[in-house]
Amino acid sequence: MADIQSPLPGTFYHRPAPEDEPFKSEGDGVSAGDTIGLVEVMKTFIDVKSEIAGTFKAYVAEDGAPVTAGETLARLKP
Amino acid sequence: MSISRLFIANRGEIAVRIIRAAKELGVTTIQGYSEGDADMLAVKLADESVCLGAAQSKDSYLNMPKVMEAIKSANADAVHPGYGFLSESPEFARQVEAAGIVFVGPSAATIERMGDKVEARIAAEAAGIPVVPGSKGRIDTVDEAAKVAAEVRYPVMIKAAAGGGGRGIRVADTEEDLRKLAPQAQSEAQAAFGDGGLYLERAIRSPRHIEVQILGDGTDAVHCFERECSLQRRRQKVWEEAGAMCLDEETRQQLCASAVALAKDVQYRGAGTLEYLYDEATNEFFFIEMNTRIQVEHPVSEMITGVDLVQEMIRVCCGEKLDASQDQIRRSGHSIEVRINAEDPHMQFMPWPGKLEAMTVPKGEGVRFDHFLYEGYQIPPFYDSLLGKVIVHAPTRAEAIAKLKNVLQGIELKGLKTTMPLHLALADDAAVQSGDFHTQWLEPWLEAGNLQPIQKTGGAS
Repeated sequence: MADIQSPLPGTFYHRPAPEDEPFKSEGDGVSAGDTIGLVEVMKTFIDVKSEIAGTFKAYVAEDGAPVTAGETLARLKP
Repeated sequence: MSISRLFIANRGEIAVRIIRAAKELGVTTIQGYSEGDADMLAVKLADESVCLGAAQSKDSYLNMPKVMEAIKSANADAVHPGYGFLSESPEFARQVEAAGIVFVGPSAATIERMGDKVEARIAAEAAGIPVVPGSKGRIDTVDEAAKVAAEVRYPVMIKAAAGGGGRGIRVADTEEDLRKLAPQAQSEAQAAFGDGGLYLERAIRSPRHIEVQILGDGTDAVHCFERECSLQRRRQKVWEEAGAMCLDEETRQQLCASAVALAKDVQYRGAGTLEYLYDEATNEFFFIEMNTRIQVEHPVSEMITGVDLVQEMIRVCCGEKLDASQDQIRRSGHSIEVRINAEDPHMQFMPWPGKLEAMTVPKGEGVRFDHFLYEGYQIPPFYDSLLGKVIVHAPTRAEAIAKLKNVLQGIELKGLKTTMPLHLALADDAAVQSGDFHTQWLEPWLEAGNLQPIQKTGGAS
């Protein structure tokens, strides 16, 4: 299992917009560079990208939760 | 003072600024704060503090029921809303007024009226202030467009009457252009919106953003001269000056008098700002909107006039008369403010909420640093990136720029990345030094790579 960590402190979102589906669901294929979520930091939205390829397992941080830099946001199976 | 307990419904540097002003007036300060701001400087400086809720603004600073509850539980008899958040919410002002508490700002009705762009334009025209000339209603034929354009004067912007968001805007310099472009605009508007109606407005190329600071006590009003705020990135001001060197004295007087006329017309109470576009080519100014609150860049007006705008707005909103008459408010020297944001200007202005390890700030005559920093402070990521403002005052603009550069070179904020390198580069730029810029100047300047080292790409964006 591999962790995807937050690059910055902020607020983590699972979806591109509130009305959209989450970026990834369990079992989805993930390529290196895929966006798995957004971190809002100082009113700017930053893409959280997976550095490795694998299969999406689950979000660890909740949608809309405050997160710290380095906090685990999601897990995937390499 | 008729009040004794002031609640600060804001955060960051403006909360610190308000606390300082209130203390000098002998008023007890109560700071509202979010869970993400429990260790901010304003909480440490205030006499008392009340938690409003979770870190995210929607759960704290923007949550009106929670803010009202905190104000009442703290037994505050006045509320200062600062800027942003609830400061221009008529509903918030109304609830504060209804609770029998002083709102440090104009009445809810004035906030509502001046916050509506159409209403504000009507009020400005009634006060004799020029607004951007445009067609009165929709235009359906090219001949009609040509007739209106001749009155509005070229260049004109041709927009879809039904549209919005700048879609399909064309600019015509001559009637020949207009006769070619208007039919295109009509058919495009018809296709996009099912309505071929057009709207014409004078196109002001490369305008300057100039604004006038006013103060009113509900009966009388004065101005504290103008500010030049054309250096903007993504419509955010980055560098502001008082006064505007591009104006001749006659135009300055007309501009400032127009702002006072509107303030008196609407019986304005508190501090406010009228924003204008200024067309240097024709020496014309046009009202665009009014902000019914204190602004980030208020210190430059304080520096050239000696008026403490935050103290004055508290005093007049408590029912006192204006402290100074217009002839007592004089301008002296030149002032510049630069915004120190927690952003990396070499990385597309990426936000950088770091931890301040050590801070060195030079002091001196005509030097001011309004901020909310202290050593060991972790910048929270939940709010905007403004850390503070460096403000300088000197006899001339050239001396102010030289002083600014000196001060910026002496500031050390260890552990943070800030926009200071941008301001140093601007201070060294020939166009900035000669005052030759406008609202569309800074972004192309950045894109052209004037800020060294050349911006890197890649990584997060």
